[in-house]
Parts: sequence; C-alpha cells; structure tokens
Amino acid sequence: MKAVSTIFRREFASYFNTPLAAVFLVIFLFLCGIFTFQLGGFFERGQADLRPFFNFHPWLYLFLVPAVAMRLWAEERRLGTIELLMTLPVTMRDLVLGKFLAAWAFLAVALAMTFPLWMTVAYLGDPDNGVIVTSYLGSLLMAGAFLAIGSALSALTKNQVIAFVLCVVACFGFLFSGFPVVLDFFRGWMPDFLAEAIASLSFLGHFEAMSKGVVDLRDVLYFTLVMGVFLYINALVLDWKKAA
Amino acid sequence: MSNQLEALGLHKAFGTIRAVDGVDLRVPAGQVVGFLGPNGAGKSTTMKLITGFLEPDAGSVRICGDDMLQAPLAAKRHIGYLPEGAPAYPDMTAQEYLSFLAEIRDLAGSVRKQALERVFDLVHLGGVAHQRIETLSKGFKRRVGVAAALLHDPPVLILDEPTDGLDPNQKHEVRNLIRELGAEKTIVLSTHILEEVEAVCGRAIIINRGKVVFDGTPAEMDAKAPATVASNRLDWVFRTLTTTELQTQEIPS
Ligand SMILES: Nc1ncnc2c1ncn2[C@@H]1O[C@H](COP(=O)(O)OP(=O)(O)O)[C@@H](O)[C@H]1O
Ligand SMILES: [Mg+2]
Repeated sequence: MKAVSTIFRREFASYFNTPLAAVFLVIFLFLCGIFTFQLGGFFERGQADLRPFFNFHPWLYLFLVPAVAMRLWAEERRLGTIELLMTLPVTMRDLVLGKFLAAWAFLAVALAMTFPLWMTVAYLGDPDNGVIVTSYLGSLLMAGAFLAIGSALSALTKNQVIAFVLCVVACFGFLFSGFPVVLDFFRGWMPDFLAEAIASLSFLGHFEAMSKGVVDLRDVLYFTLVMGVFLYINALVLDWKKAA
Repeated sequence: MSNQLEALGLHKAFGTIRAVDGVDLRVPAGQVVGFLGPNGAGKSTTMKLITGFLEPDAGSVRICGDDMLQAPLAAKRHIGYLPEGAPAYPDMTAQEYLSFLAEIRDLAGSVRKQALERVFDLVHLGGVAHQRIETLSKGFKRRVGVAAALLHDPPVLILDEPTDGLDPNQKHEVRNLIRELGAEKTIVLSTHILEEVEAVCGRAIIINRGKVVFDGTPAEMDAKAPATVASNRLDWVFRTLTTTELQTQEIPS
C-alpha cells in the first residue's frame, strides 16, 4: 500500500504542476455559480439551503469529470510513461488505486472550494447543515463513481478525445437510466423487476436521496460498489492490453 | 542459474504481424549484448517482453532466477529499463522524477539521497536537476532515462536505443558509461549503430522479422564477411543477413 501513496502524491502534484488545475477549478466554480444563481434561482427562492446548487451537480459532472478522467491512462499511453509504470515493481492494483485516488482528491478540492456558498446561506439564513453535509458527501461519492467509469474507459485508448467521448456517453447512461423516458422504453417489453433494477442503477436516484439529507447505507454502498467494479474493470483492461 | 537473463521461446504477434517469433536469449552476468536489427525487426517488442510490459503469447522470461510471469515484482526489481524514446513525465523536474522513482523502489532516507547523487553524477545531470523535463534537450532527456534505469543499481539493464538522437560527444559518453557498467552488470542494448557494437559489446545478436539470424562476438560477425569486403564489414554482414531472409512475415490465414 505504500506504493499507492507514492503514486497518489506524484499524481496529485501533477495536477498543480500544469495549468490544468487552475483552468478546471475556475470553470468548475464558474459553472457552479451560473447554475446556482442564474438557473437555480438561488435568491428568488428565498430559502436558506443549497438545493439549487446540488441539483446541478449531476449535470456538471457529466462533462467535467470526464475531462479529468480522460487523461488518467490515455495520457500515460501517449507519453509512453505507462511503460515505465508497468515495469516498476508495483502491482496493477496499486497503480490503478493511486491514480484514481489522486484524481478523486482533486475533485474533492474543487468541491471544497464551493465552501463560500455554504457560508453565504449560513449568513443569509439558518440552513439545515446536516442536509448540506450529506449533500456534499453524496456529491463526492457520485463524482468518484463517474471518475472510476472514466478511468476504466481511459485505459482503452491513447486518444484523450475518444476517452472523453466514451466517458460522457457512459456517464450519461448511468444518469439517465432512472428517467421516465428510458424506463418507459424498457417497461414496454421487460419484466418489471428488470426495469426496476435498471432504474435503481441510476446515479440520480441515489444522489437525490442523499441530497435530501437521508444517508442510507444502500446509497453509499451503491456508489462504492460502482467505483470498485469499474476500478476492477480498469485493471482488467490494462492486463488485457498487455496480453493483446 | 548462471544466466542473469533467460528468455526462452518468446513469441508475440500483433494481429497478423509476428513481431517476435521464437527468440531465445541467455545472458550470463557481466555480458554486454548488442541487439541489432532493421527497423521493425522486433527489438523493442522483445525488450518489452523481457521487462514485463507486455506478456508473450508463448515463452518464458527469467531474471536472476525470478520468473516474470510467476513472480513479476521480484523479477522487475532486478531490472533497470530504458524504454524506446526515454519517456518521462514532462511536467516534473529531473530531481522530482528520480525521487519519485527512488521512493517507489523503496529507497529511503540516506540510501535514497546517495542513490540520487550517484546517478546524477554518473550521467552528469547535476546542472539541470531542477529544470522541468519538457524543457530539456534530447540528450539530457535521454540521460534522465538512463539515470532512472540505474537508480536502484539493478544487476540487469535493458536499454532500448540508449544513444539514439545524441550528438557524437554524448554518444561517446554513454558508451563509456555502458562499458564501465558492463564490468559487473548484464546489459542488453539495442542500436542501429554497428560501430557501437564493436566499441562496447562482447556479443552481438541480430534479429530480423522476429527471428534471431546471428548470435556471436563482433569478431565472429566480422569474420562472416568475405576478405574482398575491405571496409564497413559489419555493415555488410548486417545487410546480408537482414535482406536475404525473405521468409513471409504474415501468418497465413
Ligand atoms: N503495439 C503494437 N501494435 C501493433 N503492431 C506493433 C506494436 N508494436 C510493434 N508492432 C509491430 O511489430 C513489429 C516489431 O516492432 P518493434 O519491436 O518496435 O521493432 P524494432 O524495435 O526492432 O524497430 C513492427 O512490425 C511493428 O510495426
Ligand atoms: Mg525499436
């Protein structure tokens, strides 16, 4: 596990060694602002909470998380540094975990920088801080799930644009699987329990529960499971590329 | 166990291209092997199989007795590898990059400090230690790659075109370094430059289309050329061995 922390620290520092971090953080905060104040009617609602802010997170992540995830493995392949990593005496598990955790921590930093919004509502009114905490937790878990999917897809190619597109499409699927349009499509011909199973895969449902202040262990487990499964797939993809 | 590096019956195909087609390689300690062959002969692929970056379709690799497929971590610890083109993280400085590698190779405290000082010294990197790798010249980038391969003082070195793109002075330096290291280490280096083989290698292996077509000392290679060839005798042997072999490369479907 020491290797995980070494890789984590190198990766995490690399975000701040390049303009990537600054550009990403500025865009993230800018979009958070637009969504919350312009589209979300933050002030007009006259309520001291962060619902308009968190409501937009799934859509924000749909494009911003793939932008972080696309480079994870595709960039290593393009630079040739993947050859270096994979000939080090380190297990695939440690490589995958180290890189993933660094990217996730970077997203956590972005999320943490929205803290002034919380201070604003706390100043304007008397928000339910418990709800805000669970919303942040749900948002972070959802970001991690998106990221794990993106990391696995990024291992497939050395082209970051392809990785980005694949990732947006996959994340889109996970978001929309709970929507009536999609469900109606499945309900027509599938047994109900299968359609329900697909609906229960939706990120949206699990995130919404948490953003209402309900921490159900099942929601937490769900996101953790998605991360675990996709990181495992990530390692399998790398192994498969090695033998192909 | 006298062979530090033992690769037996290596095969690797990419689609229909047989990149490595039955390569055997046994290298005892202290031997410097020059790995020769035209572009696309399979030199880099063979090295990727030896270092465990790729898995062979068939065959086995043992480094200092440790099997690359069964005990990859142990086998990888014995190897210092310079991949083709000397890839490194462009946004890091040479110092940061080599410290990262030292850390991941479990070199800690004063041992790490000494290891870094030793390789910075060996490849003369001191002056650019705190410059981002992306701003370094090709020669310095290559040196960073060589330093990375030497950092943990491994018994086996696999160097893919270590002098490619260097100027004559830098080539000379790298060759001297390899000759020094070759006294105690097992080294396999690939190159296009035949004088290099004469200068530093005790043994030359020529591969063509994934197969070994010559394996012997540079003197034996020289002896293969008829007396009528007055100059560039190794070139003559190389060309003869790698252009008359017209076996088909495609797998028949
Ligand atoms: N990842 C790959 N995918 C498909 N073909 C490859 C790949 N790597 C190498 N090859 C092919 O395998 C053959 C051997 O390549 P390589 O080992 O790089 O040769 P060398 O290093 O001797 O120039 C070439 O025909 C090359 O095109
Ligand atoms: Mg090559």
